[in-house]
Amino acid sequence: MAKAKSNTEDYLRMYRQMVRIRTFEDNANQLYLSAKMPGLTHMYSGEEAVAVGICEALTDDDRITSTHRGHGHCVAKGAEFKQMFCELLGKAEGYCRGKGGSMHIADQSHGNLGANAIVGGSMGIATGSALRAKLQGADDVTVCFFGDGATAQGLMYEVMNMAALWSLPVIYACENNGYSEYTKTEEIAAGSITARAEAFGIEAHRIDGQDVLAVNDLSRKLVARARRGEGPFFMELMTYRYHGHHVGDINREYYRSKAEEKEWKENRDPIIRFRAHLVSEGIATEDDLDAMNAEVEKDAAEAVAYALDAAYPDASEVDMHVFAA
Amino acid sequence: MREITLSQAVNEAIAEEMRRDASVFLMGEDVAEAGTPFKVLSGLVEEFGTERVIDTPISEPGFVGLAVGAAMTGARPIVDLMFGDFIYLVMDQLCNQAAKQHYMSGGKLTVPMVLRTNMGATRRSAAQHSQSLQALVAHIPGLKVAMPSSAYEAKGLMKTAIRDNNPVVIFEDKLMYQDKAPVPEEEYLIPFGVANIKREGTDITLIGTSSMVQVAEKAAEILALEGISAEVIDPRTIVPLDEATLLESVKKTSRAIVIDEGHQSYGVTAEIASRLNEKAFYHLDAPVLRMGAMDVPVPFSPALEDLTVPTPEQVAANARKLCAGELIHAA
Repeated sequence: MAKAKSNTEDYLRMYRQMVRIRTFEDNANQLYLSAKMPGLTHMYSGEEAVAVGICEALTDDDRITSTHRGHGHCVAKGAEFKQMFCELLGKAEGYCRGKGGSMHIADQSHGNLGANAIVGGSMGIATGSALRAKLQGADDVTVCFFGDGATAQGLMYEVMNMAALWSLPVIYACENNGYSEYTKTEEIAAGSITARAEAFGIEAHRIDGQDVLAVNDLSRKLVARARRGEGPFFMELMTYRYHGHHVGDINREYYRSKAEEKEWKENRDPIIRFRAHLVSEGIATEDDLDAMNAEVEKDAAEAVAYALDAAYPDASEVDMHVFAA
Repeated sequence: MREITLSQAVNEAIAEEMRRDASVFLMGEDVAEAGTPFKVLSGLVEEFGTERVIDTPISEPGFVGLAVGAAMTGARPIVDLMFGDFIYLVMDQLCNQAAKQHYMSGGKLTVPMVLRTNMGATRRSAAQHSQSLQALVAHIPGLKVAMPSSAYEAKGLMKTAIRDNNPVVIFEDKLMYQDKAPVPEEEYLIPFGVANIKREGTDITLIGTSSMVQVAEKAAEILALEGISAEVIDPRTIVPLDEATLLESVKKTSRAIVIDEGHQSYGVTAEIASRLNEKAFYHLDAPVLRMGAMDVPVPFSPALEDLTVPTPEQVAANARKLCAGELIHAA
């Protein structure tokens, strides 16, 4: 069971995990900009409080499904930098031996069933994981992360219907970052997103996704209730994506103003806000937190260096893992 | 040996595996009390309860998606897709999700699920309930595809499918559910990728899948009366494909016709014929011939529908020409 987040250690871990996500993404972006990373990737920066607030309410036995914007979920669920950077660079020591890459990174040792590059594509998987838990009498909970864009997929309504009919231990976590790729959410979503879940009789909450303590508090309550068979639940977490849809989406003023980005980054940043809280409550000093940031940055730099030097998979691996033994 | 229907064989296979392994469960539209419209699953809910025989809403992508997630986390679901035509509805869950998880995760995640569905025209069900879409899924790396040709195969292949650690799609010919065949009382499994030589012959090889095995056997009987000795082979699974047995036969007979009820273009017959041409070319005395369903949506009218599927007479006529050295598709 998740521990209550009422002590220093837990607060500092949440801070550290958010910083780890931001640092991971800053490094991934640099790898892209310096042409050291094959393909492209989707930055989670700005949404850290969502992944961390939720995953800190989960244990390793609890499962998550992730999205194309999934590095944050992966880190928050317990993944290591080294294997993550190796995966992003297509190296053999990556979590998926370089076969998945950024959009398919999975870490089943911590219950991460994988990122999914089909928008909304993992909703069936998450709900099926919850069905398995119910059938086998297990008490784990599955959290399905997805964006506001995925609420336009029919699969979501099919699986929420079944989850509600069968009281499955699944929590649908809608990360509403305001944009469905290059289009404002209000242009693609009619009515209210939470009302859609409520139509199935699913208890739905709309919450500030930039407040890690609020996210964690609600998550702990819902996870505990889902374990008791009171699920499913739906959360709409209001958040913001600092980068474009992907790292190459740089000139984006045609759909989003710089002033809006500035407002979110300067006044609503989840890390700045939580940092101020930790200092004002006397949980940590600015120096403590600077030292933690520096440590995370060093870890990331080392992991990047390691991954850049790591070996690519041998050619013999290309047709390995098509079928399981 | 006792004889049971293909429908009973499928039912027995699932029941035996559900008794053997508590992680196996069944899910789909009207699978419980109704036992499916074809009554293939009748009685299972009485034995295993609604916890393991689950009626779903009419949400094919949804419940196939649930099966993928359940399979990835330790269960062994069997999903029932009422008509093979509905595969189009579940393509993302089957081909983007189930088929790729093992590979994309570098071998860490597995998806041990069975999707059982059907195929076969001439049931007067028109274009959206009559298709044979095995080629669509056989094209996708990561999916295994079984095509039982009798009750015996249906039982043995189903049990193997349930124990396989990969997503397996089984196509049952819906016109064969009441066909009886000898099926042993004692347990047996049929391994994947092992073709069955149904009839030995020396002049031509007839390779048929599912109901087309019967068509090939009937054609062989017609040909035998004329002194042409046809060998009939049932691959039983098209993924994996027992290429060695097919090649060995063709090297012996030097002629082959491949028969499958899917559309002919870009289909199962094309794939098998191509492999035979590539790997046995210098043993061939005639071009390998494809015989699939016509490249038309399946028509409703019996007068038209019956024209779309290969018949024993057509297979025999083509075999006769190949053996006589006549070109069927002259330029």
